[in-house]
Amino acid sequence: MIRRHFLALAATTVLAFGLGGAAQAEDDFIVVQSTTSTQNSGLFDHILPIFTEKTGIEVRVVAVGTGQAIKNAANGDGDVLFVHAKPAEEKFVAQGHGLARSDVMYNDFVIVGPPADPAGVAGMSDVVAALTRIAEAEAPFASRGDDSGTNKAELRLWAATGIDARAASGGWYRETGSGMGATLNTGTAMGAYIMTDRATWIAFGNKGDYGIAVEGDAKMFNQYGIILVNPEMHGNVKAEAGQSFIDWVLSDEGQAAIAGYKVDGQQLFFPNAG
Amino acid sequence: MRDMTLDMHTADSATAPALLACQGLSFDAGGKRLIDDLTLEIHPGRRTLVMGPNGAGKSMLLRLLHGLIAPTTGELLWQGRPLDRGARAAQAMVFQRPVMLRRSVLANLRFALTVRGITGAARAAKAAEALDMARLTDMARRPARVLSGGEQQRLALARALVGQPRLLFLDEPTSSLDPASTRAIEDLINAACQRGVSIVMVTHDLGQARRIGDDLIFLQDGKLAETGTLKNVLAAPKSAATRAWLEGRLYTAPAP
Amino acid sequence: MFSLTDILSEALGLILTWDRDLSEIVMLSLRVTLTAVVISCLIGLPLGAMVGAFRFTGRGTVTVVLNALMGLPPVVVGLVVYLMLSASGPLGVLQLLYTPSAMIIAQTILVTPIIAALTKQVVEDLHDEYREQFASLGVGAFARMTALLWDARYSVLTVALAGFGRAVAEVGAVLIVGGNINHVTRVMTTTIALETSKGNLELALALGLLLLSIAVIVNALVMALRASAVRAAYA
Repeated sequence: MIRRHFLALAATTVLAFGLGGAAQAEDDFIVVQSTTSTQNSGLFDHILPIFTEKTGIEVRVVAVGTGQAIKNAANGDGDVLFVHAKPAEEKFVAQGHGLARSDVMYNDFVIVGPPADPAGVAGMSDVVAALTRIAEAEAPFASRGDDSGTNKAELRLWAATGIDARAASGGWYRETGSGMGATLNTGTAMGAYIMTDRATWIAFGNKGDYGIAVEGDAKMFNQYGIILVNPEMHGNVKAEAGQSFIDWVLSDEGQAAIAGYKVDGQQLFFPNAG
Repeated sequence: MRDMTLDMHTADSATAPALLACQGLSFDAGGKRLIDDLTLEIHPGRRTLVMGPNGAGKSMLLRLLHGLIAPTTGELLWQGRPLDRGARAAQAMVFQRPVMLRRSVLANLRFALTVRGITGAARAAKAAEALDMARLTDMARRPARVLSGGEQQRLALARALVGQPRLLFLDEPTSSLDPASTRAIEDLINAACQRGVSIVMVTHDLGQARRIGDDLIFLQDGKLAETGTLKNVLAAPKSAATRAWLEGRLYTAPAP
Repeated sequence: MFSLTDILSEALGLILTWDRDLSEIVMLSLRVTLTAVVISCLIGLPLGAMVGAFRFTGRGTVTVVLNALMGLPPVVVGLVVYLMLSASGPLGVLQLLYTPSAMIIAQTILVTPIIAALTKQVVEDLHDEYREQFASLGVGAFARMTALLWDARYSVLTVALAGFGRAVAEVGAVLIVGGNINHVTRVMTTTIALETSKGNLELALALGLLLLSIAVIVNALVMALRASAVRAAYA
């Protein structure tokens, strides 16, 4: 009798929660490999429902670092790539993994720092000079260190200073090896300067007493691009639905939706398609 | 049936064909010879007692005869032929400390029946019969492990008998029981014997031996000291070891 | 910086304003984890019982491997399952990546060694007690296994709960193979990770508290079932 009890429990569990998951997964969805910055800022929560409402196509976003997003897409695990590392995106297309790349929007990077400002960079707009000063002061600097779009941009800027910051890794230069949010959590706790995209910073909930120290340099421009994963290379790609998402994002309506997303009255992304 | 059993009791054990026999049976463990070259016969319908001082190898002999452990040398014969599956199924054993499955009294009996391929209505009927025989019907639904020691041993005996064995091994089944519980077990053993089940039982208790023994196997240091009908051995023990034990003296074998 | 009161009131707020999104996340967590635990039991219980009850060559090796696999890092499991299920992986055609099924697979791989190794220990101890009785009754291999599992059922329930604890708290594997997709593969642990990365630490901790409460409820339910089973019947 108890034996029946146990079997019934097991059976009910399997029935109630079971692999039935496959049944609910409709075919009308696409997977977008994207970045934590777009997800954490809340942009997708704002624009995706508009697209789904219009087309009936559900958009499933996998938000990882740009480096991992590109690798996942190169494995064919996604229909659309929506990231921010133009050279890497162009390489992705050149290798045949993706079709044409289009600019979607931009925002910019900023360097945030503690109020004590140990390197004395607050208010600067020349990012190369500011980074040089941080390195000379050996003030703590927290880097993503995860091959993400932000990390790549940061390394390009260090390259421009001529300083091998990574040689100081473990000293004043600290690679967290994690996402933007985790790096902000870690960096603010250790009093380090951190380079972040503006959107993530504005939406970030654990700023503490930190503020923006360096901003406004054209070198800190952060361009987002969108690419359809090549269906000829990866047979499972839903080219039609993926393309209709890209078309919508690049359309006047999609661009307006991006421009319309604001946090605390601040616009986070600036559409620049076409 | 009863008459026949009585006949068998009085029959000369030497002339009846052996139910189980062993020839040159030895068992070594840890570099020591624990059972040494035993040649024995167990006769049908008899209650054979295995006695001897501690460490003589009584429990070991029971396990060897029952096939729970494999002998180092020697062989076992079941009705004159090597042991097979059928012979194993015709034997059962009750241990000194009863092994109770973590189930109800009834489920313990049902398990033994299921193992023998008895299911359904036949199983229910046999289980009920066994409960009645062991006077455990009122406790059928109780967890076996909460029964008293005597009740547990009655259940173990009933569980061993429920498969209708021809030969039942008992390893000091009453060693930790009070007199009333001991009597209940002895009654069950006698009843089983009257139904034609042959018994091989290890006991320490000379009084118990006198009450229920037909034949005696006396072991000393893993060797056969003496065997025969209990009556004859008690009346005229031939070996020094048996004599010493009966007289309550400690005996150590002379160095070879 | 944070006070316990803030976190508790946030947690209370979560429960009071319980919305569809939250219940979706909680239900998916339970569905994925319970399914994984049930499948792990279907594999791990017989496996553990076999290793616990039978003597065979390589038994020691199997035991060591099972015990070692108990410490599998979830992220490694996640990566392996990702590589298997990826469109360019050997099982890509199944199109399971970024679905709850993928998460169930990953958690099953994490939990099965725990169930098997702990079951082995429980069964082995019981078998030491039963061995001679089983041999005497002539119990066959399969019957021996099922009887041991059945007689160890209350310990086995605790074993299953240990597996549940590991699975429900796990984030590394489900994040990689599930993708933390909103409304599809977002579970409690990945939500906690996401909210942490957004800097919403109070919300993350409140969700953690909720996860803990759910684990407590599941444990209490199973223990209540066990208690009532012990009391009610011993069939």
